[in-house]
Amino acid sequence: MYTQSTLIALYTIVRKEISRFTRIWVQTILPPAISMTLYFVIFGSLIGPRIGMMNGFSYIDYIAPGIIMMSIINNSYANVVSSFFGAKFQHHIEEMLVAPIPNSIILIGFITGGIVRGFMVGAVVTLVALFFTELNIHNLGITIAVVFMTSVVFSLAGLINAIFAKKFDDISIIPTFVLTPLIYLGGVFYSIDMLPEFWQTVSSFNPILYMVNAFRYGMLGESDINITTAFLILTLFTCVLFTVSLHLLNKGVGIKH
Amino acid sequence: MSALEINNLNKVYPNKLTALKNVDLKVSQGDFFALLGPNGAGKSTTIGIICGLVNKTSGSIKVFGHDIDSENEAAKACIGIVPQEINFSQFETPLDIVVNQGGYYGIKRSIALQRAKKYLDKLGLTEKCHEPSRQLSGGMKRRLMIARALIHEPKMLILDEPTAGVDVELRRSMWDFLVEINQQGVTIVLTTHYLEEAEMLCKNIAIIDQGKIIENTSMKILLSNLNKETFIIDLISPIESLPELNGFDAKLIDPLTMEVEIEREKSINDLFKLFSTYNINVCSMRNKSNRLEELFLDLLDSNSKED
Ligand SMILES: Nc1ncnc2c1ncn2[C@@H]1O[C@H](COP(=O)(O)OP(=O)(O)OP(=O)(O)O)[C@@H](O)[C@H]1O
Ligand SMILES: [Mg+2]
Repeated sequence: MYTQSTLIALYTIVRKEISRFTRIWVQTILPPAISMTLYFVIFGSLIGPRIGMMNGFSYIDYIAPGIIMMSIINNSYANVVSSFFGAKFQHHIEEMLVAPIPNSIILIGFITGGIVRGFMVGAVVTLVALFFTELNIHNLGITIAVVFMTSVVFSLAGLINAIFAKKFDDISIIPTFVLTPLIYLGGVFYSIDMLPEFWQTVSSFNPILYMVNAFRYGMLGESDINITTAFLILTLFTCVLFTVSLHLLNKGVGIKH
Repeated sequence: MSALEINNLNKVYPNKLTALKNVDLKVSQGDFFALLGPNGAGKSTTIGIICGLVNKTSGSIKVFGHDIDSENEAAKACIGIVPQEINFSQFETPLDIVVNQGGYYGIKRSIALQRAKKYLDKLGLTEKCHEPSRQLSGGMKRRLMIARALIHEPKMLILDEPTAGVDVELRRSMWDFLVEINQQGVTIVLTTHYLEEAEMLCKNIAIIDQGKIIENTSMKILLSNLNKETFIIDLISPIESLPELNGFDAKLIDPLTMEVEIEREKSINDLFKLFSTYNINVCSMRNKSNRLEELFLDLLDSNSKED
């Protein structure tokens, strides 16, 4: 297992990652709080009452878990992609590369930063939601487990994006063209039961659907999909992305010539 | 056991550029070693491979007996690196940068904090240690990287052009500092384009050109190869033309300045006797260029002719 000095190195990376995003909280914590407030105002308070009930819940209660999950996904991804790309771009990733730190620790360090940011933003957005509706938690264990695993998966995805990114454009392409559509089509704002059968099938290939619904299950006890399937998918993604990222770091892709 | 042992190192960059060809190098413990070479010779590439920043194509490297492939972490723990290019976060403060580097090497935060303050102080950065590092001057940034490289008190310090862009006074204090560290037993490997710096500080030297080591010897032996020196001689009173200076290759640059090449086996006394004969009065005399510089240029010249 890891030695004490390795754990000190890990602690240092995590501490640095957390202080990075808290120092620039105006860019990292505030924007999701504002945009999610707007979602609650517009979709929850203004349009929601006209939509009526969704699977037995008021519309705002139905979308609240989806909106919290959306901010967690976006922020864990954004944290790692910009932190790692920044470290690459300014070359201070070299500070870690010259030190006797196993690559797995570098990886876990960056991922932990993404998880903490995911949890923090998730907590802030949950607080915002409380101004608009009452939130109940159906199953705390499942809720936390889903948030944790989802933020791990998207932190890893952000890291892989950053490894391949060569310029600043490259770190916004995936979030804009892949992540955002998948989130919006992942059942944040509607139940896939509302879709024609064909689109239900298409949606079942969207991993975010499972995460959003598992989280909604944790909070409301209601889900479009099977919870076990959701956890299997999350586990599978975690393992695959972790292995891929570690392999890329070991080969030095994007960071060593 | 050598501090550093490089065997048959080759590097071809992904763009097919061959940066190193069969490089062999040995640096003994406690040495003050200069790695010299013109721009693009492969110095930074070599250093990058030693530190784990550049992937090698083939060959092996041992640092204090630890192979960088099989005992990667043990090897890295022995090395402190001051890179050629600035590579710290411009948003962090010098203190954070140095303390975090300590953390990466597994040093407890409380100890790292004390040491960081000590080294930042030694390098004259105490006043700046809480300011964002982008506000440091170029020379301060270099010193910050030296402090950072020392935080884990490495057995070997590698400096890639540490004095580039550093003013004369500061350069001298940096030399004193490096000599002091070397005397405490730290092996130092240095690259520089200031050859007088290498001549003054280093015991052993390697010259690399186009990816190949073309000379690897002690500074003393290298300098003893110098078979002639060129001197500039300033005269008190102007002369119209040069008299016959038997056996010396001289030319008049202007009526008050003369340039003379003196071969090693010739005595300078003879030259001055001739001056007396012709009533030429000398007011001062100096080397045309640094001695190492002449040798360096000769070596590069003959290397390019061999190609
Ligand atoms: N990342 C890279 N990709 C491709 N070629 C590179 C890369 N880095 C360096 N080179 C090439 O490798 C050769 C050696 O470069 P290197 O930086 O090692 O030289 P150097 O001796 O440190 O020069 P200088 O004194 O200018 O710092 C050069 O021809 C350079 O263009
Ligand atoms: Mg260089």
